[in-house]
Amino acid sequence: MSFLQNQFEKNVVVTSVDYVFNWARKSSIWPLTFGLACCAIEMIASSTARFDIARFGAEVFRPSPRQADLLLVAGTVTLKMAPVLKRLYDQMPEPKWVIAMGACAGVGGPFNTYSVLQGVDKIVPVDVYVTGCPPRPENLFYALLKLQDKIDQTPNLVRRPTDVRLDESMLEEFKKQVRISQMKQTA
Amino acid sequence: MNGLYQLAVVFGVLVVALTIAAGLIWLERRLLALWQDRYGPNRVGPFGLFQVLADMIKIFTKEDWTAPFADKATFILAPAIIVVTVLLSFAVVPFAPGIVVADLDIGLLFFLGMSSLGVYSVVLAGWSSDNKYSLLGGMRAAAQMLSYEVFMGLSLMGVVVLAGSFSLTAIVEAQRNLWFVVPQFLGFLLFMIAGIAETRRLPFDLPEAESELIAGYHAEYSGMKFGMFFVGEYLGIILISSMITVLFFGGWLGPVLPGIVWFLIKVFFFIAFFILLRAALPRPRFDQLMSWGWKVMLPLTLANVLVTGALVLAFA
Repeated sequence: MSFLQNQFEKNVVVTSVDYVFNWARKSSIWPLTFGLACCAIEMIASSTARFDIARFGAEVFRPSPRQADLLLVAGTVTLKMAPVLKRLYDQMPEPKWVIAMGACAGVGGPFNTYSVLQGVDKIVPVDVYVTGCPPRPENLFYALLKLQDKIDQTPNLVRRPTDVRLDESMLEEFKKQVRISQMKQTA
Repeated sequence: MNGLYQLAVVFGVLVVALTIAAGLIWLERRLLALWQDRYGPNRVGPFGLFQVLADMIKIFTKEDWTAPFADKATFILAPAIIVVTVLLSFAVVPFAPGIVVADLDIGLLFFLGMSSLGVYSVVLAGWSSDNKYSLLGGMRAAAQMLSYEVFMGLSLMGVVVLAGSFSLTAIVEAQRNLWFVVPQFLGFLLFMIAGIAETRRLPFDLPEAESELIAGYHAEYSGMKFGMFFVGEYLGIILISSMITVLFFGGWLGPVLPGIVWFLIKVFFFIAFFILLRAALPRPRFDQLMSWGWKVMLPLTLANVLVTGALVLAFA
């Protein structure tokens, strides 16, 4: 769709197509099976009978990133895990979204230490942050609904959902951090 | 006129099979939810019925990614094979008197042949992905299919002996007095277990065991190519349910209601049973699966053929 990007931006209104695509995308958000820490337990609980994430059509946890739409970062991201997370995100096909679940994924939480990434938004673009330590499944559902609202407002044919890229300096910073931690490990 | 009717039947079967396969995705999620004391998808449309539509549009507009390290031609061909072979098998299924695409004399053999060809899809997908987990899934699929194919064919020989024909229409007509599930109960059980293994449904979903092999043979597939595997699996469920109905439960035969309605009622009963199995059973280990197939199921099938043949000879 990139060849359309600059051609029609000013002239063509594509609201109906956008509406249908956005409706489909927000109604079937398939998350990646990817639990990191205690938040993952709440993520698992959200698909049980008491909370039931299936109501929103999002219970199809795909084990392979190739088939997932949503990266649910559920837990503490250590510097050792961060490259893996980044790779999983890159492996997901467009359109894709990220929810940073819990304090650790959002800002590093209580772990202001040498081994923990201070917020997952340093390496992947985050769409919705969920507060809590860990957040209850209801919080996660609220984030999911917020993400649905966000998807609903995305003009698809003009701008791709993850078009807003990260500041390159952040990535450089992250790479430096990883290198330092690896050097410490080998030393 | 006759040609037009045939054309209508062909397209009718195609459209109905694909529509039911899509509808099954919704049915499975709702039924699983019911049996697990949940609601299931209920936000999109009435009773969540449009969930399938949303999934379909989403999967069509998802990035269709072909792995650069994959064997491209095979990688793209593999998902098509599974849908084509299953849809071809539907050609010989008699839905009601007159509603059959091709009433072959060897319909049963055609069905068995097509279901064997379907294995290629999974094996080629696993091999062409150039991914160790995909390859493991593909190899598992090949071994599982080979083992279960053997007694899948043999378990139907009892039915063939009783009906005296390989034609599926003739087999249904032969059940006018008594459904074959009564004299061939063992054959029915064996065929059903083989059928579940054949469609790679739980508890025999080892080729895509997600706790061990990520997504198994389709780990590298995204977008609609993955959707084809998805639809192919559900088409396979409908096909196996149809075959159980035709071979053991009298196909379209039944009182009062028209034939096609009876057929659909019986098919949906078995589809729901397949989904119940998924909700209820854990997955066996792979060596358990193989030894179950070769050491238990195959001798039982051979005994079934032997006893049925002997009885038919004795009373004929």
